[in-house]
Amino acid sequence: MKRRFPVHILVFLAPAVLIYSIFMIYPLLDSLRFSLFAPVEGGGLRFVGLGNYQTLLNSPQWAPQLWNALSNNFVFFFIHMLVQNPIGLLLAALLSSRLVRSKAVYRALIFTPTVLSVVLVGFIWRMILSPLWGISGDFLNLIGLGSLDQPWLGQESTALVTLALVSVWQNVGIPMMLFLAALIGIPDELLEAARVDGATAWKVFWRIQFPLILPTVGVVAVLTFVGNFNAFDLIYSTQKAIAGPNFSTDIMGTFFFRTFFGFQLQPGNPTMGAAIAGVMLLVILTGVLMYFFGYQRRLQRIEL
Amino acid sequence: MKASRLGSALLAASLVSLSSAQSGSLTIESWRNDDLTIWQETLIPAFNEQYPDIAVTFTPSAPAEYNAALNAKLEAGSAGDLITCRPFDLSLDLFNDGHLESLNDLPGMENFSDVAKVAWSTDDGSETFCVPMASVIHGFIYNADIFNELGLEEPETYEDFLALLQTIREGGAYEPLVMGTADQWEGATMGYQNIGPNYWQGEAGRQALIDGTEGYNTDGFVAAFEALAAWQPYLLNGYEATAYPDAQAFFTLGGGAIYPAGSWDISVFRSPTQGAVFELGAFPPPPPAGQETCYISDHTDIGMGLNAASENKEAARVFLEWMTTPEFAELYANALPGFFPLSDAPVELEDPLAQEFLSWREDCESTIRSSYQILSRGEPNNENQLWNVSARLLNGEISAQEAGDIVQEGLEAWYEPQQGD
Amino acid sequence: MQRPVATLAAHAVLLSYTALALFPVLLVLFNSVKARLAIFRTPYALPNAETFDLIGYDTVLGSANFPLYFRNSLTVTLVSLALILLVGSMAAFALSEYRFPGNVLLGLYLAVGIMIPIRLGTVSLLRMMVALGLTDTLLALILVYTASGVPLAVFILTQFMSQVPRDLKDAARIDGASEYRVYALVLPLVRPALGTVAVFNMIPIWNDLWFPLILASSEKTKTVVLGAQIFLGQYVNDWNAVLASLTLAVVPVVVLYIVFSRQLIRGLTSGSVK
Repeated sequence: MKRRFPVHILVFLAPAVLIYSIFMIYPLLDSLRFSLFAPVEGGGLRFVGLGNYQTLLNSPQWAPQLWNALSNNFVFFFIHMLVQNPIGLLLAALLSSRLVRSKAVYRALIFTPTVLSVVLVGFIWRMILSPLWGISGDFLNLIGLGSLDQPWLGQESTALVTLALVSVWQNVGIPMMLFLAALIGIPDELLEAARVDGATAWKVFWRIQFPLILPTVGVVAVLTFVGNFNAFDLIYSTQKAIAGPNFSTDIMGTFFFRTFFGFQLQPGNPTMGAAIAGVMLLVILTGVLMYFFGYQRRLQRIEL
Repeated sequence: MKASRLGSALLAASLVSLSSAQSGSLTIESWRNDDLTIWQETLIPAFNEQYPDIAVTFTPSAPAEYNAALNAKLEAGSAGDLITCRPFDLSLDLFNDGHLESLNDLPGMENFSDVAKVAWSTDDGSETFCVPMASVIHGFIYNADIFNELGLEEPETYEDFLALLQTIREGGAYEPLVMGTADQWEGATMGYQNIGPNYWQGEAGRQALIDGTEGYNTDGFVAAFEALAAWQPYLLNGYEATAYPDAQAFFTLGGGAIYPAGSWDISVFRSPTQGAVFELGAFPPPPPAGQETCYISDHTDIGMGLNAASENKEAARVFLEWMTTPEFAELYANALPGFFPLSDAPVELEDPLAQEFLSWREDCESTIRSSYQILSRGEPNNENQLWNVSARLLNGEISAQEAGDIVQEGLEAWYEPQQGD
Repeated sequence: MQRPVATLAAHAVLLSYTALALFPVLLVLFNSVKARLAIFRTPYALPNAETFDLIGYDTVLGSANFPLYFRNSLTVTLVSLALILLVGSMAAFALSEYRFPGNVLLGLYLAVGIMIPIRLGTVSLLRMMVALGLTDTLLALILVYTASGVPLAVFILTQFMSQVPRDLKDAARIDGASEYRVYALVLPLVRPALGTVAVFNMIPIWNDLWFPLILASSEKTKTVVLGAQIFLGQYVNDWNAVLASLTLAVVPVVVLYIVFSRQLIRGLTSGSVK
């Protein structure tokens, strides 16, 4: 009798589906819709189709800003891929090896920056890199490279890379943990067999462990991608919404914020902001889909 | 403009707190959260001595959020009775939208000159909607101990000034000029707008810019960029990454000789815990050799208006009228050294450094920042572009001429009087 | 023979990275209790009797309401977590337990949100909160965080719940338990997964700057992160106060982290294996 109308299924599903639909899916779709409008002189909004996107891509006012933010964001991402994830893998490999004891202590300490707020991390590094405090100069002096000291956050050529490395410093714990979990999950028998055959740790890692954690490599890459194209806090707390010097640290998140809310004497532009959010959505979706249909598919085929 | 209003309304709505005026009392909206204790302990009690029945509350929000928060509160009808006015367009928009009431008939407004009122009047000057409160003056503050130690004198001309900087640089013990470019606005505000009026002849140049007869890429306006570019070798080590507050700290710690200042810096340098522990002196931006007249930026910065939706307009007008009196001017100027009253009544300042800044009004012609009136109405924003190019100029990324060209191009993109030729 | 060298090298790498991870934090802690001149003149020195000074803390505690900010952060984080776990586990239970039309589709719909950041819907969320009169309330934050936490929670919990043996649930049903009782029975069995979900959501919620800045930035709803951001923005020239407020914002988190690091890391690693 109960089976006829399964009220309980509805009861179980309704809260999650409702909250999720109202406060996540609807705002995402509605923001996209909002990006198709533009303000009219004298108040109100007018449907302009893809007009905002055209302006964003073509106008000499907006297009350079968009490409600047987009390419900075890609630089930001590539630095994470080239620095953060290899370091995370190295640390995970060491922590999963039989070489080291007291692993738990290392693991916990190295993960510490990751639990801190990005805002606080931004302020801490801003102080450390401030020429006023001179810590970075002292540090370079210590290793004999004092003359190489630069106003890292003040130069167009160095600011973005510096901030990306600060972000790496904070977030390296995440790939480390994910790789570590994957490495621990590899059955010992496999490794033992290889060792009995006389393989070195180096060989064991590259021949057996690394191929087995390839799926995690993909997960880490896509998480890094989504996280980086969604980044905002670090730049905002160190360089403000103006993302200086000369917009060299402007990424999509700060570009969106500045456009939407305006800054100093420049008024905000919500519909254009929504269009920028639309571009971000497109970029992120493209990345995620490339992962699903490119990386994961191929990986499955290899495994088969 | 409309878009901005929606954006700020949205943000504002998000910033509205439940605080709205209780009946019979006045609430003041402001971005000057630093001044909270001054209002609570000095200004409001002084007002209440004369008008004990009007309770006044000062409710500031953070400077960066103020514009948006205020707009949202106004849209929502929950804003305070008295509204602290930013200069020019931001307040003009409020007046045009009917949020601010005209104060033409307020007794006491005759205490202010037209120049003082221009920042809070319609373009034709027919309506004034805020009581002018204070202006800020630019100049240079110096460490007098270092000047004594090195036997230096205040410069008379810009050439003297550069020679002075060279002497300090060669001495090697101190940084000649303490200013960073990391926050970007320093270069434009304490650099370009500080020394610039000497090169574009103050008001004459500023008006010519608005009329379209002069441009940022010609004559005085480029000369000002050139004069600014000459600072580069004298700025403190690592200035590109030195933020405004770090420069303040560096100066108060005694590391540098001269600090390009806004008069508001005075109250920071006088702070008992974070201030300077040495003698301070000040000199106005020195004019180039051979120029008789000196010009200073005496920028109208802050005013007070009446919320058109206020339910206590009577009381609010009483308060505003009190703000036009010499008594208020005296109290305010002394409580906040570096914010100078705009009324015609002569004011005696206790702080000698603030008095020094104020005295330049006698010797030099006053003007306001070139970008504030009318020119920051379009896209790209003139003020924001000045920040950008001034910082890049000092960082050595572009030349003075390029700086002028970039800003001029931005202005010509939307400002008709500049599109003439 | 090769072994000790390798071990030494491994320790060297790990030690230097640990130093790099902790040095900035320690630098802030030490200097927060030093006098102003000592901060600049001897940044690496430990505070001693001469340089010890709590003036920064005086400034901070006198002018920013950090206890209130902590309460706000705690409320938002705990309530959001509780809601995510409750709502997410209920949906996960339904998805893993019952075959009904649209089951797979619904699962996919709920999973889409894992990869799309909710920030991209900010424009519309703000308008919605304004319309609902929820701006400057902690509820606005809780709703947003819950909505954005649900996808991952459902995804992880569905996998774990489908591993709970059938017999157990059927035995309960034969005893006459309602479906709600069965759910209550299953819940404790997936505790590790609940822990994982909590860990994954806790850190980003506690540390978020974006939504507090946009949806609830009034004095009475400020979270620690936003409070610190605004306070730091106002007192930037007062390094004593900046260092003190950084310490006040960092230390409780680090202490909590150290206390729970074992559980937290177990949660992270067990969740990611799947």
